[in-house]
Amino acid sequence: MTTDWIDVGAFDAIPARGARMVRTPQGCIAVFRTATDEVFALDNACPHKKGPLADGIVHGNKVTCPLHNWVISLETGLAQGADEGAVETYPARVENGRILIEAAFLKRQAAE
Amino acid sequence: MQKLVVIGAGMASGRMLEHMFEADPQAYEVTLFNAEPRGNYNRIMLSPVLSGEKSYEEIVTHDDAWYADNAVTCRFGERITGIDRDRKVVISEKGETPYDKLVIGTGSAPFIIPCPGHDLPGVVAFRDLEDVDAMKTAAGSDGRAVVIGGGLLGLEAAAALRLQGMEVTVLHLMGHLMERQLDEAAGYLLKKDLEGRGITVLTGASTKAIMGEGRVEKVVLEDGTVIPADIVVMAVGIRPSVALGQAAGLEMGRAIKVDAQMVTSDPDVLAVGECVEFDGNLFGLVAPLYDQARVAAKTLLGEDDVFRMRELSTKLKVTGCDLFSAGDFADGEGREDIVFRDPGRGIYKRLVIEDDVVLGAVFYGDTADSNWYFGLIKDKTDISEMRDTLIFGPAYQGGAQVDPMAAVAALPPDAEICGCNGVCKSTITEAIGAGATDLGSLRATTKASASCGTCTGLVEQLLAVTLGEDFRSKEAGICGCTDLTHEEVRRLIKARELKSQTAVWQELGWKTVDGCHVCRPAINFYLLADWPLEYQDDLQSRFINERKHANIQKDGTFSVMPRMWGGITNPAELRAIADAADKYNVPTVKVTGGQRIDLLGVKSEDLPHIWADLNAAGMVSGHAYSKGLRTVKTCVGTDHCRFGTQDSTGLGIKLEKALWGSWTPHKVKLAVSGCPRNCAEATCKDVGVICVDSGYQIGVAGAAGMDVKETERLADVPTEQEAIDLTIAFVQLYRENAKYLDRPYKWVAKVGLDWVKERVVHDLDNRAALIERFAISQSVYQKDPWAEHAATKTDAYTPLSDFRLEAAE
Repeated sequence: MTTDWIDVGAFDAIPARGARMVRTPQGCIAVFRTATDEVFALDNACPHKKGPLADGIVHGNKVTCPLHNWVISLETGLAQGADEGAVETYPARVENGRILIEAAFLKRQAAE
Repeated sequence: MQKLVVIGAGMASGRMLEHMFEADPQAYEVTLFNAEPRGNYNRIMLSPVLSGEKSYEEIVTHDDAWYADNAVTCRFGERITGIDRDRKVVISEKGETPYDKLVIGTGSAPFIIPCPGHDLPGVVAFRDLEDVDAMKTAAGSDGRAVVIGGGLLGLEAAAALRLQGMEVTVLHLMGHLMERQLDEAAGYLLKKDLEGRGITVLTGASTKAIMGEGRVEKVVLEDGTVIPADIVVMAVGIRPSVALGQAAGLEMGRAIKVDAQMVTSDPDVLAVGECVEFDGNLFGLVAPLYDQARVAAKTLLGEDDVFRMRELSTKLKVTGCDLFSAGDFADGEGREDIVFRDPGRGIYKRLVIEDDVVLGAVFYGDTADSNWYFGLIKDKTDISEMRDTLIFGPAYQGGAQVDPMAAVAALPPDAEICGCNGVCKSTITEAIGAGATDLGSLRATTKASASCGTCTGLVEQLLAVTLGEDFRSKEAGICGCTDLTHEEVRRLIKARELKSQTAVWQELGWKTVDGCHVCRPAINFYLLADWPLEYQDDLQSRFINERKHANIQKDGTFSVMPRMWGGITNPAELRAIADAADKYNVPTVKVTGGQRIDLLGVKSEDLPHIWADLNAAGMVSGHAYSKGLRTVKTCVGTDHCRFGTQDSTGLGIKLEKALWGSWTPHKVKLAVSGCPRNCAEATCKDVGVICVDSGYQIGVAGAAGMDVKETERLADVPTEQEAIDLTIAFVQLYRENAKYLDRPYKWVAKVGLDWVKERVVHDLDNRAALIERFAISQSVYQKDPWAEHAATKTDAYTPLSDFRLEAAE
């Protein structure tokens, strides 16, 4: 099966070390851009208390949740350090200045 | 009890006493003489004190309490003038002191080149705290320094003086810097590195004379070059201080001769440290001194131990200059080199090999694996099997593991971790097993990393490897990204004029690529507070509340609170607030403790629009979310109140109009009460003014949050303008000096109210300068973020895209 990639917006619309959210029928995902211009897509809900990760501080390939400072890996979605939990991640890439996310994110189950 | 007299409170004798008291506190009644008017401090840390990276208090190794606990009679500032070995007494200006055993630890004195002018005022050495104080005084005047001697000590002094803002020239007699520890290539890289820091380095420079009328003005070289100078630092070497020993008739070589038990030619007299000669060797580095201290303590207690010479390594303690050298790296018959260079990154590594054994190593720019190589040198390991990959370090031996943790884990138990204190890996892991689970307690129990500190990272890796997930790093550093404390970083940002976050991360050796959620907001604040005109505020380094200018709530919605100057509003504003609450379906409207109205539960994408509506009614952001000025709470004062003494509402509004928009280390809340009945609760605010008949009582450093604390009186002033001036000056002093997230009461507790008064109340010039700097900052930052974001940044508040409708189709 070929993978469908969906254009979710312009790469330039996200500042470096920043994030924007994308609405889906089952909730939001957060799209991150790191200092090195990598992009990552994760569910926009911290595994702890569903904090909006898109509003966190991005450092390295990690984001810190704005509600209680859980640190989540943008690569794996896993909570770092002593905290345990994970959020769903979705393959994302940049092509011709556009951010593409693998279509699976639209068909996912609602985030808890 | 036997009497032990110790002459000299230096690092060797200090360590010897520690060992002795640990083994047997009752063995001796100890009298300690020191010509310097203080006890033992960590002399090898003088350069960070000179640069301002550390304070004297931080390098004290034995304080008064330690001496008292061990019943040491301290006679500091009292010089010993003679030793009578026949009668077993030492003689000082205050009389004679008898001993059963005597330890001489008189150390060394700086070698001063006897050129013309060497005795002019302004020529200093770099040996003790007096020298450091003299240099610091001179550095304060933004002067020019000439450092004679490009060895370890001279370069540390040069770098530290440069950090203090002086114009620095280093004169070195030889062809390249640190020729005893470095080969020419590494010396070149070091020179380039120092020049990059603004230090002028002249090699092959022979000093002819120091000249000046009454004090140092210039240095003249043999080739005729003239270098202007306000101070000249002599750092060409040391010579053992042996006059006492010599006069007492002890057997001498170049210093006081001792045997392997540290005993001199007199069986009741021992000597340790830089004043001894053992087997033809003199000593200048700390590691063998500590070995001597251990042996001397054993000898005093009648136990057997033997001092042995061992391989030495050197590291330079200049922040950002990584160099390491060990062993013998001179060229020679039958010797081979393995050299690795990466000019782009300024890295140079060289190993000298003979008969498949590493004899010496020189590293510049990357010294992470130096301990492993040092182990190879000491153990004379046969490297024939790994020769191909040897230069790439331990991570490349036997597999492709590049994890530094794995490299530490792979070290053998007897690998030396702390060179200064001779602590090997197994000693540390045993201490960790016995409950020393952080750096502080590990230093206390093993002394690992407690001296020069360059092995701190290695010790922490060892902690992490041994404890795994249980290890929580850092005693005082801001966060895992740096070992530096907030205060150190603030000082370095100013001293080294670091004006961007990248500069901070690079120059101060951040361990992460771009910081973390703990350090980034702090560094962002420090930079914008210290360099308001140069630094560009970074929204991505701000907590969400300050990035979106609203308070995030637990469901991800936000609260909106317009400013109400001094708590005064009017029907038009109230109507606009009511309309906004209706239009954006605000679920909760609340009157706050700071006398304004909070609209809670606003969605992110509505924020720019509700702000635009409130802006249209003349209102601006109340910064109810910021580490900045929050509210100025007031009572109605003379306008209406029959007790009011002054126009407290008017003063409150003036203060709020002056201070709003300023960013501070933590939130700042003010209040002005019109009389001592204090209806505005001014006595528990960061700054609280109480109006009285004769004027204004200004209190600061109150608290009514996690802690409750009454304000302390800063000053009483007769006029409203002075009340405003003092408040602004206090806030600016707080902005420039406090640690991020310290409220004013915590900061004042650290620096002391007198320190604050001196700068804000008594020194009028300083008060004016503070107010001026605040005005400069406000010229940039006093702007309504709501208007700006509503006009230019609405996108940031909306989803990047919305797929809800498409899916429904």
